[in-house]
Amino acid sequence: MNLTPVWISLQLASVTVAVLLVLGTPLAWWLAMGRSRWRVAVDAVVALPLVLPPTVLGFYMLILLAPQGPVGGPWLAVTGETLTFSFAGLVITSVLYSLPFVVQPLRDAFRGIGPRPLETAAMLGANRLDAFLTVACPLAGRGFVTAIVLGFAHTLGEFGAILMVGGSLPGETRTVAIAIYEHVETLDYAAAHALSAGLLVFSFVALLAIYTLNGRRRPGVGL
Amino acid sequence: MSDQAASALGARRGSALRQWLLAGLLLVIVSPAAAAPLKVAVASNFLAPLEALAEVYRQQGGPALQISAGATGQLYAQITQGAPYDVFLAADQARPQRLVSEGTALTGSRMTYARGRLVLWARPGVELPADGLAGLQRPSVTRLAIANPALAPYGRAAREALQATGQWSALSDRVIQGQNVGQALQYLATGNVSHALVAASYTRLENRPAGDYQRVAGRLHAPIRQDAVILAGSASADQARAFLAFLRGPAAADVLAAFGYRAAGPSP
Repeated sequence: MNLTPVWISLQLASVTVAVLLVLGTPLAWWLAMGRSRWRVAVDAVVALPLVLPPTVLGFYMLILLAPQGPVGGPWLAVTGETLTFSFAGLVITSVLYSLPFVVQPLRDAFRGIGPRPLETAAMLGANRLDAFLTVACPLAGRGFVTAIVLGFAHTLGEFGAILMVGGSLPGETRTVAIAIYEHVETLDYAAAHALSAGLLVFSFVALLAIYTLNGRRRPGVGL
Repeated sequence: MSDQAASALGARRGSALRQWLLAGLLLVIVSPAAAAPLKVAVASNFLAPLEALAEVYRQQGGPALQISAGATGQLYAQITQGAPYDVFLAADQARPQRLVSEGTALTGSRMTYARGRLVLWARPGVELPADGLAGLQRPSVTRLAIANPALAPYGRAAREALQATGQWSALSDRVIQGQNVGQALQYLATGNVSHALVAASYTRLENRPAGDYQRVAGRLHAPIRQDAVILAGSASADQARAFLAFLRGPAAADVLAAFGYRAAGPSP
């Protein structure tokens, strides 16, 4: 059996989670601590991928990432590559798709710290960035683990949006979920079973790890 | 209003409701079986023509069709798991053949109901090669969308046509494969490819994408036969037979031609 799609999915999930940690951590911090009146609206936007069908995201991405699209156009001008049917396009799609699975656990973890440790850090002379990096982030450790595992597992399971923007190029955009779909379509049920069972076991172990880590607390995301 | 009066009114309302429910139930039970709709599972590429055919069929006094559209492989998987359809209109021959050999579809019920054609379509503002497939190596062809040859009959036909004209290996890094022929068209409509090889039936869509298209010669690929079967679990096999006979008839042939298909012809 061809395992390239598994490799593509693992790469996609790793890159997506890395990007989401860089972008999502400050966003989660702002959502947890900020006092802006836009906070609630941004919270709602972050949660949108939880409720929207992947086809909505896929449809918008197909238009935004197109060579004449508002994102795909400038990308093509700068890099000479098109975003649709490319790994980079899948990363952009996955970052949006898995956004709440990373941002919400981080936001809840930051909120759970409360103001006191940070006030103490400030009293001891730490500036805000120091306090964030050396006090808040370690205290939110569980939140980070939950965010990383959920973001990774959710990206592995992504199907609908990728189906629409990926083009199923072998070794580039054919992920494990797409490969399963194609095996079912071509009646290759043995290969479909093998990949599906692998994904099932991995997802179960990932969730089991989070639930064990968090004790009886549910992971901080609307699951 | 006294409590007594209120409860009496409530009881009257309750009994009226019961009577209506009873009447409704009886209506459902005694409705003639002929009014039961025929449940048809259809490959998505044939949905629009089937809706038109259903209208013609109804005007001829046939039963209404209850249509479920999907990818042929998905519908096949549902049918093998006992999905309650009467008729399956596939986009290929393989799945109906398989259903017959597995005993899930009635022996002898398989027939070709339509033969598809390919067109080469160019995005608006992009050159449509005047020499057809032979001109596809020009730089104006940046991306060519086809359906996945492993999954979709139109994809297989597109690959055969590209191979027959010696384009397949030369174009390999420009070909984008959709999961089905509908997705190949979607890539063209959203501007993600410059050209697409898709079903001629899409040229008859009211909301078809802009851009020029030309027919691909049928001799460049094996016929794209779409087969139908009657499912063994159907409780309305006679009605299903009547519907398949209608699909072979002249009225259906007119609809098929209007949607860019060739009429059934003999099933091999």
